[in-house]
Amino acid sequence: MIGKTVSSKGRILPFVVLLSALLIWTVVSSLHVFPESVFPSPLAVARGFVEELRTGRLTDDIVASLFRVTTGFGLAVLFGIPVGLWLGNHARARTAFLPLVNFFRSLSPLAWIPFAILWFGIGDLPTVFLIFMASFFPLVLATVAAVANIPSVYFRVARDYRFSSREMLLNVTLPAIAPQVITSLRVTAGLAWLVVVAAEMIAGRAGLGFAIWDARNGLRMDLLVCGMIVIGVIGVILDRILLQLTKIPSVRWGYER
Amino acid sequence: MNDRPLVVDNVSFSFGSVGVFERISLSIDRGEFVAVVGPSGCGKTTLLNLFSQFIKPDSGRVMCTERVRMVYQTDSLFPWQTVRENIELGLRSLTDKAERTRQLGEMLKLIKLEGFANHYPHQLSGGMRQRVELARALIGDSDILLLDEPFSSLDYLTRIRMRNELARMLDKLPRTVVLVTHDIEEAAQLADRIVVLSDRPARICSEFYVELARPRELTHPTVVTTVHEILAELGLEHEGRQATLQGVAQ
Repeated sequence: MIGKTVSSKGRILPFVVLLSALLIWTVVSSLHVFPESVFPSPLAVARGFVEELRTGRLTDDIVASLFRVTTGFGLAVLFGIPVGLWLGNHARARTAFLPLVNFFRSLSPLAWIPFAILWFGIGDLPTVFLIFMASFFPLVLATVAAVANIPSVYFRVARDYRFSSREMLLNVTLPAIAPQVITSLRVTAGLAWLVVVAAEMIAGRAGLGFAIWDARNGLRMDLLVCGMIVIGVIGVILDRILLQLTKIPSVRWGYER
Repeated sequence: MNDRPLVVDNVSFSFGSVGVFERISLSIDRGEFVAVVGPSGCGKTTLLNLFSQFIKPDSGRVMCTERVRMVYQTDSLFPWQTVRENIELGLRSLTDKAERTRQLGEMLKLIKLEGFANHYPHQLSGGMRQRVELARALIGDSDILLLDEPFSSLDYLTRIRMRNELARMLDKLPRTVVLVTHDIEEAAQLADRIVVLSDRPARICSEFYVELARPRELTHPTVVTTVHEILAELGLEHEGRQATLQGVAQ
């Protein structure tokens, strides 16, 4: 019974905090400590939100940003995990390539913006490229580390029970690295979402980052805050979606041990 | 059918410059339960690896004529598979699905985990996991069971229970067994023959035979006497005390 009370309280707490933050925001803006042009009220932001929805711009921007993140991040997963698996299984290749992978991982993806614009112009391509660069290297490293951490006894057992090479990969390596890879997917997806906003500010013609930049240029702080809120909410939703992967029964061992 | 399914004959083996065995010979009879004890790092696990042909000797001959299964010192159940899936690995060669289900059901009953078929290893206690490890190794067609300190990670009481479990399982599913252990009590309580190895490069110091049916009480005079004899052989106990205890046992 006690557990149930704590659990329902736990569910309410985030809403209490959010409502309190909204209340503080309303009070501060109603006191006019800062002018409306630099500190928009919640009401102004809500009106801006409705306006953006009516014109369809907000939906277009959300779709544009999500498309870029999905493409860039999807490509990073598609190439990053196999490369990580390959490096994880080949000691010489690992020794040869790991310093380079580490170098690019340490490089802020935003440093690529000038090249992205030079090579791909303005639009979807440079942003997808930047997201790929932001996600690919951390994913490779996380996969390499996960492969290196697989206890050798699992391969010994697989050999005892005469697993083929394909079974070793599909039934030992992949399930053994799944919990660590899922955690790194959550981290890199968050990174990709951060990068898309920054990239669109400079190399975009649409998208939530571009919308924020556009609002700033038009001195529409209400729309700017509206964009910020949407970005934050979508970031949380994306993480929640990926969090569902950790609930798959066959990966729970990685989080509960 | 060979009456000695496991033989190492005049085998030498070294890890680089570290000699592990120098012309060691040991043969195991069919259905025999042999325990190998000795100082830490003397090559007990290496001996099992030679038997399972995971490693090859530098010289000499290793013969293993039957199907071998091994239970490892570390937790070797696949954590992403359920108890059922882990045990079913031992039935991979069996294509008849109904027969697989039947054998699996029987095994779950034997290890008293009928209600845990769909649990994952991390949801089980150490003793339960070890029972699943034994089940995976014993199910299906295997003849030889190699046990590499299988109970070393368990607490003392669970270890004693697991010895009885193993004896009970082997009574139902007889196998030729080689048990490597640092636990002299375990060896004396379970094995028909106990082989004592010396320090590296290991040689066989002595062999003890225990002619007593399993399961054996830990405090049975024969078990206690054997423990003392082995400890004396390893230089860990005085001969005089051993002789006194033998007198008490009689």
